[in-house]
Amino acid sequence: MKAKIIITPKKSVLDPQGKTVQNALEHMGYTGVGAVHVGKYIEVELSGADKETAHKQIDDACHKILSNPVIEDYKFEIVD
Amino acid sequence: MNFAVLQFPASNCDQDAVHVLKNVLGHSARLLWHKETTLGEVDAVLVPGGFSYGDYLRTGAIARFSPVMQAVKQFAENGGHVLGICNGFQILCEAHLLPGALVRNRSLQFRCETVHLKAATADSPFTNKIPADKLLRVPIAHGEGCYFADEETLSRLVARRQVLWQYCDANGALTDAANPNGSLLNIAGVCNERRNVAGLMPHPERASESLLGSADGRLIFESLIHALSHRENVKVA
Repeated sequence: MKAKIIITPKKSVLDPQGKTVQNALEHMGYTGVGAVHVGKYIEVELSGADKETAHKQIDDACHKILSNPVIEDYKFEIVD
Repeated sequence: MNFAVLQFPASNCDQDAVHVLKNVLGHSARLLWHKETTLGEVDAVLVPGGFSYGDYLRTGAIARFSPVMQAVKQFAENGGHVLGICNGFQILCEAHLLPGALVRNRSLQFRCETVHLKAATADSPFTNKIPADKLLRVPIAHGEGCYFADEETLSRLVARRQVLWQYCDANGALTDAANPNGSLLNIAGVCNERRNVAGLMPHPERASESLLGSADGRLIFESLIHALSHRENVKVA
């Protein structure tokens, strides 16, 4: 099993990196570009077989260390 | 006073902090490796600047879980005084010993320059020696020093006078131009509600001798030493 985790800055937190990428995209001529948010993608390989336990553990890890809930949101999925 | 200066892999302001506390201010200071599980006899802990654990994941995120930080947490919960500088401030926020978080500078630039700081209150163990009209000239050197907290936390910080230092211009005005990183309310440093833990992004240890261009940073250490020598006689370790 594998956990695929996506961490993004909260909407209320300034994201100068996203803004800079957005400006670059517009500058390069891509049309219809809206707000860009730059985050992180983390993959964790898991040796267990129980998806429910894995889900609980990853949720706990996301909350405690992988993301900082003050400034970031996270979502993840457990895949085979 | 006995100071413990923490040392993580990639701390790089630890020796400067020890130098100032020992050689400039004449107190006892020793380095404490991140794997230590106890602090020993200490009056205060200093969490120095640097790039602990390579700042992987987020600044301070890994350091927060190091063995020594569990001891620091306990020390702070018992009322012990803790000061975090730069990366130390980031670590204390990650450890939830201080409110808020430090995010990427709004300019995306790593800023390395001398700034003006204003103490927002003298009512703390970290600012009591700073005269009301005194502006401190202290250097900064960081890429992720933009202070963020949600609105509710910010208004609580202001109401409880937990904002200790703010970036200002040479006349003391809290302008956008004088804000080097986009911090909300120009916040350079805060303390916890109990006022025994504080952190700031600027480096007072790099401005504690006039030879280095400014000795204003000394006022922060002298405030702490004053507070420690006047505290009630309680053992916190």
